[in-house]
Amino acid sequence: MATALKINGKQHQVDLPDDVPLLWALRDEVGLTGTKFGCGVAACGACTVHIDGEAVRSCQVTLSDVWGDVTTIEGIGSPDAMNALQQAWVEHQVAQCGYCQSGQIMQAAALLAENPAPSDAEIDEAMQGNLCRCGTYPRIRAAIHDAAGKLKEA
Amino acid sequence: MASVGKILRRTFLIGSAAIVGGVAFGAYYVSRPAANPLKPGEGQAALNPFVLIDQNGVTLFAPRAEMGQGVKTTWAALIAEELDVDLDQITVLHGPAAAAYYNSALMGESLPNKGYDISDFQHNLGEALGVLGKALSLQVTGGSTSMKDGFERMRQAGASARETLKQAAADRLGVDRSALKTASGHVIAPNGDQIPYTELATDVAKLEPIEAPLRDPSEWRYLGQTQPRLDMVEKATGTAEFGVDVRLPGMKFAAVRMNPKLGGAMNGFDDSTAQSMPGVEKIVDLGTGVAVIANNTWLANQAVEAIDVDWGDAPYPPDTDGIFAKIAEAFDDAPNSTMRDDGDVDVTPEGATEITAEYRLPYLAHATMEPMNATALYTGGALELWCGNQAPTLIRFRVANTAGLDTEAVQIHTTYLGGGFGRRGELDFGEIATKVAMAMPGTPVQTTWSREEDMRHDYFRPGAIARMRGAVQDGKAVLIDGKVAAQSCTQQAVTRYTGMPGAGPDKVLVEGFFNQPYAVPNYRMSGHIAKLDVPVGFWRSVGNSHNGFFHETFMDEMAHAAGQDPLEFRLELMRSEHAPSAGCLEAVKEMSGWTGKTPDGVGRGVAFTYSFGTPVAQVIEVVDEDGTIRINKAWIACDMGLALDPENVKAQMFGGMMYGLSAACYGEITFADGEVEQFNFPDYDALRMHTAPQVEVRVLETNRHMGGAGEPGTPPSMPALGNALFDLTGERARTLPLIDQFNLLV
Repeated sequence: MATALKINGKQHQVDLPDDVPLLWALRDEVGLTGTKFGCGVAACGACTVHIDGEAVRSCQVTLSDVWGDVTTIEGIGSPDAMNALQQAWVEHQVAQCGYCQSGQIMQAAALLAENPAPSDAEIDEAMQGNLCRCGTYPRIRAAIHDAAGKLKEA
Repeated sequence: MASVGKILRRTFLIGSAAIVGGVAFGAYYVSRPAANPLKPGEGQAALNPFVLIDQNGVTLFAPRAEMGQGVKTTWAALIAEELDVDLDQITVLHGPAAAAYYNSALMGESLPNKGYDISDFQHNLGEALGVLGKALSLQVTGGSTSMKDGFERMRQAGASARETLKQAAADRLGVDRSALKTASGHVIAPNGDQIPYTELATDVAKLEPIEAPLRDPSEWRYLGQTQPRLDMVEKATGTAEFGVDVRLPGMKFAAVRMNPKLGGAMNGFDDSTAQSMPGVEKIVDLGTGVAVIANNTWLANQAVEAIDVDWGDAPYPPDTDGIFAKIAEAFDDAPNSTMRDDGDVDVTPEGATEITAEYRLPYLAHATMEPMNATALYTGGALELWCGNQAPTLIRFRVANTAGLDTEAVQIHTTYLGGGFGRRGELDFGEIATKVAMAMPGTPVQTTWSREEDMRHDYFRPGAIARMRGAVQDGKAVLIDGKVAAQSCTQQAVTRYTGMPGAGPDKVLVEGFFNQPYAVPNYRMSGHIAKLDVPVGFWRSVGNSHNGFFHETFMDEMAHAAGQDPLEFRLELMRSEHAPSAGCLEAVKEMSGWTGKTPDGVGRGVAFTYSFGTPVAQVIEVVDEDGTIRINKAWIACDMGLALDPENVKAQMFGGMMYGLSAACYGEITFADGEVEQFNFPDYDALRMHTAPQVEVRVLETNRHMGGAGEPGTPPSMPALGNALFDLTGERARTLPLIDQFNLLV
């Protein structure tokens, strides 16, 4: 039943039935808890990860359906080496409870990879699947614009 | 808890005695310092319950839970201000569940005054009653009290620590303490030599703590300034540990199903299918529900869903209509409280125009982003529990009872909270996780609720009905007679927490209703308690969350009946009553460029609520875009007196507003066959990136007493939006959610 997964550049063997969603392999088996469980029905975006660079809801992708390399929040930066979005998140003091922010950042990272200078309308479009019950949206928007600007300069 | 009643009976003695300057026995009893919970080890000095200095540095035990409100950072700033350490040199941990972390401000809120008109006498009485928090061992994060509670105590802790460190250095150097200075975690000798605090820790442990006066605010370096939040890097990198992220060696994962007919019995279950499902290790009969322990949360959840359970009926009417009929019946009984009764409301003044309205608001779920969960390790003689919670001493007491242990045998580890909003002040998730772990002694078990389980087993914001009668004359309100009926979450919670029946006038039921700063000569506000057993609890801003809507929607209706601009109408009644409140209205008027007129396709509404000591005014603008209505902009002004961290206050204000707007637009918990009909976010949505307004916040600082920040942003948002929709469409929202009545953007 073992499934081979490449997560954040490292190879893992996951010994779970192949209908288990990727989220639960990451959290309970691999120990990468930065990716959060929020709803289990792709309605909140807390579990967003990248598969081959594409933002997906890991609660909806079964182990047998993982089609490429997986990147989680732990894979895009660390407290000592944050990426541009994470830095912008800190600079704009975005998080309140912080539970949804891994998913928000992963969604925003996929947006910027595809569209380096998104408009407000494009941010609305890309980010509307990611719920934040603390209502941090104004600061998320500002942080995305800021990170986009910094990435352009770099 | 048998002693609680005895302590409560001393309440008046304590308060009164403290005010007249006498020292009664009761005052001595409750003033006695709590045992220091930090129990310093060899080579450590615990100077007071809040700060620990050892060879590794300065560790602050924050007695309040970080649930997004920034309390961790502001508490650190309070102590750093006096202790002379840099903010980034402090390690902040949640304090252990301990009696020393009593929440004095929470008890002060129970006084039967309006709050905004608090005199110094009453303020002192409130402070004196605050010692009761200690007597009841309340370590609660709630009621927007953290900063009010910590403001003095944390700075005193820092000042005392600083002076005692200086004394230790003075003894070592053979100089007078007054010759020494402190900066950045060092004592500085007259010759410029620096001794790190960490080196003095052992010496300090031998000294009696020294009391020191607090610094003048003009000397502050941190307070009043925005600080980078200490939890931000962790939260931006996925490294912050929430309850659901706790990982322990050999840990198992469990899922749970409790009776969806809330409070009903479990008649039996058939687990034959679940037994053989993948990953399943054990099925646990919880008496009133079932749990499955497995090697993976998802597998546990699949199995628990496969159990066929025969559920008993709920102890309340099975559907929403029946429940609201019971709420309406409460109007037939004498009121539980009439906390405002000015003038004579029974006679409508001669020549005045009378208006009436009835409003109805639904039950609401908290819907924190992190579903309820807790991790427990039961070893027979001891229990450890890891979870995000708002009340560690209460939860410790409860799970100790569940496990049949003394509270001393129970250790509570409080993690970050993935949202609290009042939900994590409850004890059910800890109790359930304890029962589950007791089925597998020696193995840590994490019990996580599915979103559906979380949504359908809440302690809901009570559904409420208000009946309002008012009169206007010469453009002014001359009479308001309001009645609100709802379940009492206070009485239910007292029973839940202590096992004793809650009784007496419930101030929480009428907060935001009776205590609004309007000079209306004939003004009566009453609360009626509906006798129902739907589980209800504290939802961000609690009674204010429904009463703010009732009061401020009715204010708007009266303004229109009086032919006045709704903002000016309020200001007129407020200026003479409470200047800081009027100042908030003036501020949003100026910020939004309020003229009382809006172009076609644009609507604006204003509302105001005084809650938790903080007046908040909001203006909300809606726009009609080809028949779809979008919330475009919001302006907020608040006045909490001293704002210790202004940017964090702004975040709390707009966050509180978004929480209220989410409920106003989409939030509704309904019942059928005794079960909650909403399962997950698609049935109970919230504002999202594209539906959230742009927002501007102004933080005023004229109020004489410090108010709260976490909750006061919520109440005025709902009526402000309803009033804006009236301005846009001419249709009055007398019930929520608004999505049932208006074509809102989703």
